[in-house]
Amino acid sequence: MMTSRHWLARPFSERSTLTFLAVLCGAMALVVLANLLPADHPLHVSTYTVTLLGKYLCYALLAVAVDLVWGYLGILSLGHGAFFALGGYAMGMYLMRQIGDRGVYGDPLLPDFMVFLDWDSLPWYWLGFDMPGVAFAMVLLAPGLLALVFGFLAFRSRVTGVYLSIITQALTFALMLAFFRNEMGFGGNNGLTDFKELLGFDLSADSTRLGLFIASGVALALGFLLCRAIVVSKLGRVCVAVRDAESRTRFLGYRVERYQLFVFVVSAMLAGVAGALYVPQVGIINPSEFSPLFSIEIVVWVALGGRATLYGAVIGALAVNYAKSVFTGIMPEAWLFALGALFVLVTVLLPQGIAGLLSRRRQHDDAPNNMAVKQEATP
Amino acid sequence: MSFLHGLADRDRVFDFLVPQASPVDVRHGPILYLEDVSVSFDGFKAINDLNLTIDDGELRCIIGPNGAGKTTMMDIITGKTRPDTGSVWFGSRHNLLTKNEPEIARLGIGRKFQKPTVFEALSVFENLELAMATDKSLWPTLVARRNADLRNRIEEVMETVGLSALSRRQAGILSHGQKQWLEIGMLLMQRPRLLLVDEPVAGMTEQEMERTAELLKGLAGKHSVVVVEHDMGFVRSIARTVTVLHQGSVLAEGSMDKVASDPRVVEVYLGGDEEAA
Amino acid sequence: MNTTAWRYWLKALLLVSLVALGPCALGQDNAAEQDTSATLEEDAGRELLQALAEANFREKEAAIDAIAASGDTRARGWLESFAEGKLAQVKDSGDIVVILANRGRQWPVADALTMEEAGEVSRRELDRVAINNRLRGHLDSTLALLDLRVDDPAQRLIAAKALLGDVDTEVVESLSELAQNESDPEVAAALTQAIAIHRLEQGDSAAVADLAGSLNGQVRAALMQASRSEDAMVADAASAALADIEQSLKLNRAAETLYFGLSLGSVLVLAAIGLAITFGVMGVINMAHGELIMLGAYTTWAMQQLLPGQPGLALLLAIPAGFLVAALVGVAIERGVIQFLKGRPLETLLATFGVSLILQQLVRTLISPLNRTVVTPEWMSGSLIINDALSLTLNRLYVLGFAVLVFAALMLVMRRTRLGLEVRAVTQNRAMARSMGIRATRVDILTFALGSGVAGLAGVALSQLTNVGPNLGQNYIIDSFMVVVFGGVGNLWGTLVAGLSLGVINQVLEPWAGAVLAKILVLVFIILFIQKRPRGLFPQKGRAAEG
Repeated sequence: MMTSRHWLARPFSERSTLTFLAVLCGAMALVVLANLLPADHPLHVSTYTVTLLGKYLCYALLAVAVDLVWGYLGILSLGHGAFFALGGYAMGMYLMRQIGDRGVYGDPLLPDFMVFLDWDSLPWYWLGFDMPGVAFAMVLLAPGLLALVFGFLAFRSRVTGVYLSIITQALTFALMLAFFRNEMGFGGNNGLTDFKELLGFDLSADSTRLGLFIASGVALALGFLLCRAIVVSKLGRVCVAVRDAESRTRFLGYRVERYQLFVFVVSAMLAGVAGALYVPQVGIINPSEFSPLFSIEIVVWVALGGRATLYGAVIGALAVNYAKSVFTGIMPEAWLFALGALFVLVTVLLPQGIAGLLSRRRQHDDAPNNMAVKQEATP
Repeated sequence: MSFLHGLADRDRVFDFLVPQASPVDVRHGPILYLEDVSVSFDGFKAINDLNLTIDDGELRCIIGPNGAGKTTMMDIITGKTRPDTGSVWFGSRHNLLTKNEPEIARLGIGRKFQKPTVFEALSVFENLELAMATDKSLWPTLVARRNADLRNRIEEVMETVGLSALSRRQAGILSHGQKQWLEIGMLLMQRPRLLLVDEPVAGMTEQEMERTAELLKGLAGKHSVVVVEHDMGFVRSIARTVTVLHQGSVLAEGSMDKVASDPRVVEVYLGGDEEAA
Repeated sequence: MNTTAWRYWLKALLLVSLVALGPCALGQDNAAEQDTSATLEEDAGRELLQALAEANFREKEAAIDAIAASGDTRARGWLESFAEGKLAQVKDSGDIVVILANRGRQWPVADALTMEEAGEVSRRELDRVAINNRLRGHLDSTLALLDLRVDDPAQRLIAAKALLGDVDTEVVESLSELAQNESDPEVAAALTQAIAIHRLEQGDSAAVADLAGSLNGQVRAALMQASRSEDAMVADAASAALADIEQSLKLNRAAETLYFGLSLGSVLVLAAIGLAITFGVMGVINMAHGELIMLGAYTTWAMQQLLPGQPGLALLLAIPAGFLVAALVGVAIERGVIQFLKGRPLETLLATFGVSLILQQLVRTLISPLNRTVVTPEWMSGSLIINDALSLTLNRLYVLGFAVLVFAALMLVMRRTRLGLEVRAVTQNRAMARSMGIRATRVDILTFALGSGVAGLAGVALSQLTNVGPNLGQNYIIDSFMVVVFGGVGNLWGTLVAGLSLGVINQVLEPWAGAVLAKILVLVFIILFIQKRPRGLFPQKGRAAEG
């Protein structure tokens, strides 16, 4: 019986979750095997492709994080790119410190850009990032704290709906402007790059890249399971209740803002993890990850895949990013048209997303038609 | 981990902490007491020097034309709207003006909205589950399990409101009347001391109305019930005491017959309707 | 006084000030070209010039004075040519000519008396009227004094200001005389200051009194110099005057910040007010609003392409055109996308964002990814000079006025027209309005057209202040939303106050925080502000708003 298990174990009794995990593991195993084949084998998958797929997996985890808050809590965050980027910067700072004296200027302590800017010492917030423990903790803490403070202020004053969306967008926009400044000490425009190694593994080595791919997959699986555990718990049902009738939930005695804050912070941390795994694979983190366009793009992955399913978010992220890779290769001009059209078409024609198409057989999902009756209460 | 397990089991281990009866002190008088309450929106006085007392276990009907301030009054009692002046007490111990909606709900005031508001994406069972009077803070909710106690209670309530057969049905596809019933069921799950019921029979059939009347009458005694209703027939069928609200204050109070023969009430309902809306 | 009357006053005031500003700006340019004084008989002119040409260096001073004293309008030109070494005498005829160019052997010349071109004369045939440094000094002061005698006070003022810090002992006496007889108080003041600087340089501490309060840079420099003087009396007096001047400069700088703040604020109001209509009335969040602004700006550009050489007319025509273009695109968005997403604000947000991407890319593909230049018409360039330390750029002033006009017009539409009434009814209670026979769909379309059209107007105005490029709108959308949220949704006054105050706050913060940090601080401020007032500055109250 599902409800008698430990809350974290509950997803394992869901068929859909097991299917998802099986597909993910199977696909990853195939990729790994194909990569290990000799390079001239027709089924060989290049390390470049593996890294590209690893990047997609990070995006998928990010999409799951967004779906958790948007699909289940009804909070459309247009600033999740900021949490992703903060996780990425935390990882980037660790990787920067790992370069040591192998940088262009050969300074044993200062990253190249600081030498270039004539800084004579490390800013205090860079201290400790040479230790992986501290850095990895910051991957969770930096986005988590931002989400905590921001969410506390926003939810306490009951900012929801489009207001919240706009404010989250403004948040990531402000952070982007801030990170563009050299004075911030995060490499300004160029961001952090030229990484050498991660935990002693050479980042340019094929084996490291394969390892990062696997790590991204594992992170996605764990993140998915955590989100699943949350949404099938009673807390998950409270979230849905908040999404559909916030004030009713309050009158039942739930402190809505605490639920919102909890889920928002968890989601931000997942986004941070995704960012942290993304950075060593693409080899750079710069302020463009904070751009409002990126954050809103994440939302459209989720919308395309189908909200409030979690696996839909994964499908959407993979599909859109694959399409983006293809488009930008063939005709980069057209990509923004395609993306724009995707926004419009998904919202107008496919509100349930791909996942909705997949589960059309559940007939009574067409509930909205029956809701028309409920108007006209006052004579 | 054992600590976590301890937390995980909290709702079961400390079952006695679950507020069966809220600590409302009614030894010295009424359960709900509104004194000199006023609130205005943009200069429009929605509530004007309102005084209202509800006794423990009473069933009170509140009537009045549109714009008389009935819903605003409910908003004030449940913490949604803060009055400009006046005081609102729940029993003799709780000053409701210092509390927010969840706190007031946890004290034992349940509210049914004018527009039936149920969680449409959740099943009937889940709707009732969320309403269950239990520890509603974050962690216990995350680790909560569906124990026999919960199931029995939900079965019982579904029986009462006649939704047993629809336990797994999504609330969004219930009929209007069924949603009203589900919402009343959710109120019952909260085990409130005071129920505020806004237009419970709007959109109900004659038969459903009768059952609702019976149900509300049955609730009185154990609970205090305040019903806001337009349907005079329905009010007549359940009310012992009726309060007429007009322009934000009490116009008349007493038995249905007494109120109905009050010339001022007659005028408000028949003549003076232009201030409405 | 009731509020309606007050608003009418505001509008009237605005109109009057706009009308008054136009000619004022034009007047400045024309002022310099007035021509009133008489010309001498031809013979007299020739005599004067020949006297100058034939005199020795010592006599030349007298000759210069004679020319200056003649009152001839051409005198200034002669003396200038002389100072530049361009005055020459043709050896044969004795005619005095002005050398127009001195390349090659044959130099083109003009008759000095008529200033008509007189063909080319061999270099050898010309005797240049000799000049030395002492004469140049004398010429400079003579010219300055000459300028001080013209009839046009504006020209005299320019001449007087040019003398600041440039007075030598030679002319002081004549200057004092001029100053005493000067009828224009401004010119008189400038002359007094010019003399005072000279006196200060001579160590006269009493001169400071004449300089106190002036914002002129030359005066300040002279005082600065004097404050370091060894003469303690002079130094103290100068320092005291300097402190006063610094104080007044600070005030002027504050006024300038306020002006820039109001200017930025007016831009924000223009950008946000259309949004306030669509968002506030229809509850529709249109992320493509910024792109409608961009289209307005591009319409201005297109009008100027269509009417080359008439940027002013093109700009005026762009006002209705920009409104129409943006309104039409807005209606297309409403009919094509938004109407299908009624009651789903978050989806509307996403879909309109998609539209914004498409519109941006469309402009990039069809026109250019690069910025286009929109010409600022002459009557909008330049600035309105309030005093030496404060001048208001005209284009910003016009945009400020335009914003107020647009706001007033919208207010009128909302308060006085049937559409406004219906719109307000729909805002208050959609279902009720519909049941009273208001065609909500038609109201939606018209509202959206109105809001979008205003975005187009914002674009027309913005084209005069910033670069016109595909990203123009993007830069304003977040700010616009902040303004609407800050002001309170559905309240035009709120948008006005919020826009102006955010603009001022931004400009006040900028000097010490930098542009980026100022933006961030404003955002933080708004987030904290909605803690206190979640519904903005001017919330809509009542049951309908509680939702």
